[in-house]
Amino acid sequence: MTTTLAPGARTAPATTRTRAVRAPLRDVATMTRREARRSLRSVDGLITAFALPVLIMSAFVVVFGGAISGGTGGEYIDYVVPGVLIMCLGMNSATAAIGVAQDMTTGTIDRFKTLPIFSLSALWGHVIASVVRNLASAAVVVLVALAYGFRPGADLGDWLGFAGFAVLAVVTFTWICVVFGLVLSVEASMSVSMIFLFVPYLSSGFVPVDTMPEWLHGFAQHQPFTPIIESVRGLLMGAPDASTIVTACAWLVGFLVVSVVVGGILYRRRTAR
Amino acid sequence: MNDPMIAVQGLRKSYGRTAVLRGVDLTVRRGEIFALLGPNGAGKTTTVNILTTLIHPDGGTATIAGADVVRQPAAVRRSIALTGQYASVDEFQTGEENLVMMADLAHLPKRTVRRRAHELLERFDLTGAARRRVGTYSGGMRRRLDLAISLVADPQVLMLDEPTTGLDPASRSQLWDVVRSLAADGTTILLTTQYLEEADRLADTIAVLADGQIAARGTAAELKSLVAGDHVRVSFDDAASVAAARGLGVAGIEDAELDEKALALTFPSAAPVRAIRDVLDRAESRGLAVAGVSVVKPTLDDVFLALTGGRPAPSTTSTDTTTADTTTADRSAEEALR
Repeated sequence: MTTTLAPGARTAPATTRTRAVRAPLRDVATMTRREARRSLRSVDGLITAFALPVLIMSAFVVVFGGAISGGTGGEYIDYVVPGVLIMCLGMNSATAAIGVAQDMTTGTIDRFKTLPIFSLSALWGHVIASVVRNLASAAVVVLVALAYGFRPGADLGDWLGFAGFAVLAVVTFTWICVVFGLVLSVEASMSVSMIFLFVPYLSSGFVPVDTMPEWLHGFAQHQPFTPIIESVRGLLMGAPDASTIVTACAWLVGFLVVSVVVGGILYRRRTAR
Repeated sequence: MNDPMIAVQGLRKSYGRTAVLRGVDLTVRRGEIFALLGPNGAGKTTTVNILTTLIHPDGGTATIAGADVVRQPAAVRRSIALTGQYASVDEFQTGEENLVMMADLAHLPKRTVRRRAHELLERFDLTGAARRRVGTYSGGMRRRLDLAISLVADPQVLMLDEPTTGLDPASRSQLWDVVRSLAADGTTILLTTQYLEEADRLADTIAVLADGQIAARGTAAELKSLVAGDHVRVSFDDAASVAAARGLGVAGIEDAELDEKALALTFPSAAPVRAIRDVLDRAESRGLAVAGVSVVKPTLDDVFLALTGGRPAPSTTSTDTTTADTTTADRSAEEALR
């Protein structure tokens, strides 16, 4: 019946099972390569990933540090690095919202959806590229912090624990941003980073919660950024607290599952208009 | 072998209370260039989105190469490619990178990916720009790359949603040539357009989509014959001759429309060649000064106006018709409506 063979039909017939695994992996790898190029070639993206974290770190340590220190029981830089790290990972993940919004408006996602590929590969490409970008960014933040006098107490196990926790956090943050990118315009998607810029201030990330006005305590103590930042603090200081880490992971996994499900539904339903 | 490549029956789609498609039927044969012509908002993109599995219809059926778009979307996706209204190419990648990416997504064997990309760059005259970022490309180059990307997987059916919107005339005619050569190689092409000229010049079959339904379909010639027959236009050297010409006794001339500026009479005629011969013979015997005669064929503008009840989109459609033709066209369309 067909005169033109689809390229898939021309390929040497691998067993169905290996193809079922390999094809989606190839799709995700291709999409990740695409996002990596976008990140590396965008001046905005590079500034958000590398210059901004260094500037934020400098502002807290050099500018605010002198005034705040004393209230945190030790060097302020040792207190603030986890907060800065999480804030930067969040803002850097938010770049994905802009990328997804652009792909929606240019019709690129529509085109991907008409291809016989693993359907969420475009979104996973954003997420995996974001993880790589963020780990590089986090490394820069830690190195600059060390240069400013940050003295972590973490051993190798703690560092590995931190790396794993950071990957989970970035995957979750990025999936949340991907969902925003699917529904927002390109302009609106640019403000998604504000979530990660402001909400961490209302946590224990930058100043201890008991120094805040009383009406803020409830929110500050129970909002997800507090256990997330406290987990990082524990790991970097070499004194991880299991229950804090479990609480943080529960928040992250919860947000991740909801975002993947909602993102999957939106991806299938929404078309460029 | 004679099964239609695209078969659509009773397709319906509403958004809220707005019915966008109200029972669309169409059939496209293998290797055919089929144009879906209609004004903005007629439902062209909605139709394409359903046929490319992007949205689900509310009712009706559609199959591509025998596969149902709702029940067998994966099979449909293996035989189609979409070039949307915007050139969906990545500005931050080079032309070559865009093509290699799509070849990877088409699961071409790894060793053939680069070769395929280079073949297409060559074919679309983009080899020189292959390593430049698409952000630096002109509109025409982007469209060519967009089309090249659609062809990576050698699709049986190519859907082009307003492929030449925003292109300059040279790029447009270059794109038309590519589309024709694709169809000659056996690719089935469904294109949507609001440009009458595009449908007229490119398509084997045209369906006019108006208000969510197919208002008419056929070849350009068939559609034109639906609306109005030929007209004869006779121009004279002086006003006295024009006035006298009404009394020549040629069928239709007594009610001919007068173009005072051009000193010309235009009238519908079932046998235009004979009418012209009669006009010339009788004018000569009475000493009337005939300056010129012509048969005016109806244009697709007439069809469009008559069927959609609207104006064609502002476009370059009239560039190869004379002003006189257009005037006649408008008039006969109005007649057809009455």
